[in-house]
Amino acid sequence: MSASAGDKSKPVDHAGAAAAFVADTPHLAFHDRRLWELRQKRDGQMHVLPEWQALRSLASAIKEHTLSRLADYLEQFEAQVTARGVTVHWARDAEEHNAIVLRIMRDHKAKTIAKSKSMLTEECEMVPYLARHGITTTETDLGERIQQLDGEAPSHIVVPSVHKLREDVARVFARTIGGDPNNADPHALAEHARVTTRPLMLDADIGMTGANFLVAETGAVVVCTNEGNADLSANLPKVHIVSAGIEKLVPRQADLGVFVRLLSRSALGSPITQYTSHFRGPRVGAEMHIILVDNGRSQRLGEDDFWTSLKCIRCGACMNTCPVYRRSGGLSYGAVYSGPIGAIINPSYDPVRYSTLPFASTLNGSCTNVCPVKINIHDQLYKWRRVIAERGLLPKNKSLSLRIAGHVLASPRLYRLATGAARLAVRYLPRALLYSKLNSWGRDREVPAAPQESFAAWAARNRPAKKP
Amino acid sequence: MGRAQPSGEKAVSARDDILARIRARRPEGDFPLPTLPQFPGVMGDLLEVFTTNLAVMGGQCVHLPAGEPLGPFLRARLGRGRLIRSSTDELPEFSRTDDVASPGGLKDVHTGIVRARFGVAETGSVFLSDRELRVNTIAYLAQHLVVLLDPAAIIPGIADAYLRDDFTSANYVSLMTGPSATADIEGVLIRGAQGVRSLTVVFA
Repeated sequence: MSASAGDKSKPVDHAGAAAAFVADTPHLAFHDRRLWELRQKRDGQMHVLPEWQALRSLASAIKEHTLSRLADYLEQFEAQVTARGVTVHWARDAEEHNAIVLRIMRDHKAKTIAKSKSMLTEECEMVPYLARHGITTTETDLGERIQQLDGEAPSHIVVPSVHKLREDVARVFARTIGGDPNNADPHALAEHARVTTRPLMLDADIGMTGANFLVAETGAVVVCTNEGNADLSANLPKVHIVSAGIEKLVPRQADLGVFVRLLSRSALGSPITQYTSHFRGPRVGAEMHIILVDNGRSQRLGEDDFWTSLKCIRCGACMNTCPVYRRSGGLSYGAVYSGPIGAIINPSYDPVRYSTLPFASTLNGSCTNVCPVKINIHDQLYKWRRVIAERGLLPKNKSLSLRIAGHVLASPRLYRLATGAARLAVRYLPRALLYSKLNSWGRDREVPAAPQESFAAWAARNRPAKKP
Repeated sequence: MGRAQPSGEKAVSARDDILARIRARRPEGDFPLPTLPQFPGVMGDLLEVFTTNLAVMGGQCVHLPAGEPLGPFLRARLGRGRLIRSSTDELPEFSRTDDVASPGGLKDVHTGIVRARFGVAETGSVFLSDRELRVNTIAYLAQHLVVLLDPAAIIPGIADAYLRDDFTSANYVSLMTGPSATADIEGVLIRGAQGVRSLTVVFA
């Protein structure tokens, strides 16, 4: 899996991976267009609802309230579901989560899992862990299935294979589950996935889903999907395991009237997902397990500048709107969570490895504007940059140029000298020197033409100092 | 519950550890839980709005002609020689959904018939719980799904739905909105991903 591949002690080379993505024109053009289309569909839904901004404010306030009393709501949720025969497990980290799943599998002498989409299980690297213990997991969401068959991590939290073209999918299928590599008709490909995945779901020993929301008041696990694969994975096998992050709680059932109205509209620009399903207990004769996972969340809860990122409902709107994400692809982030939300979540897991990600942004703030739970994403990107600089994690050329800039900007005399020199440099230096490796800004852009005189000189000539 | 925690072998259980960590790191400040306002919501004729919005999500609506009995109407519409199973007692002429040994036993069903408890105009969704479905997989393993819905049981919005106690009457509830769908290959919309290929609401 690319998210876990490579030297983990080195920072992710986001810019390098993005350069490779940008060089592939057909893929780049489709990726950019498709994600912008999702953003526009989201805007269309926003304009249908006069209460849109009020819903965002409510969603934000409900989440902040819940996070401020998270332990109480988790206990309430646990009491609700255990009363109806659900077994609740708690996992401090990925390792404990994976061990719990393995133990449930062994208790049932189970070998196969049918699984719907869950970013948490990606975070825990569960599928490779279970594979090492002889357990086969089938991803049943189409995009996830494509990524699994191709040995790649999902590149987007909602549309995992959005960076692939239909021909790529045809080649992956031909190589792994059969089919004509030259028939790239999406309908034929989806049908092939349907007829080859269904038997695996019918035969699976255990079904697994993630969770979009956990309702403390009623003990409902809410799963929002479109393909029907999550409901099949949960309802076919005798055992249903839910993996859920502890931040998924909402206090009241009525709160779903806010979040369900926002989620799919923000994610895909559709009024609701095809299936909004609520699991409160096992079927007759079946078992249901819920694993509540911390894995760094309680740590982040105590970080003044970053705890509100736990409000995230994983809609992906910030990714769809981000000009950097659209033109670099999710895999270039080298992390489970990509895009703007990934760039503020990942560094709290590993500040060295993900030190480059908060810089994969223009700080335009579009992510913050579309976020349905009003996370101040671009502020947090900026604050992460400061943390990374303070910890001495900036790459050499960046820290050196920023240190020099700091000196120059702090001294009017140095500033005048520098800008004077820059005007001359732009005018008279040969291109080879001006666009050297040191000028990373000029790598893909023309340096603007230098004015004849500085603003200070112009002002001195045209605006003689007034007498006090 | 009296059962041992999965990580009980460690000195402090994972549960107690996590809850203690959360309490120790509780964000400072006052974050009151907002009361939920009633927004104006759906305007116009609920049946019309429901029909329009379900069409957006790929589902279709059919009206039972006045005076026509439901069973023969459906039988004529669905044709003969196809495996049809019904989860509602009002249609004894079809085989029963719960007449199978396991949820996977419904894998060869051509069309499933269920009666929704209510519909939601805002999205064209229908409320189906394990009580209405009898075997939950009927709504996903069948190739096609027919949902009976009383036009008088359409409510305006999703927020209205979540004020009802129907959600706590069952272990499994789904708000279903049209057939299963995917756009995971180049954004091309395909109806019939892993679940039903079509969903037809019959007003009856």
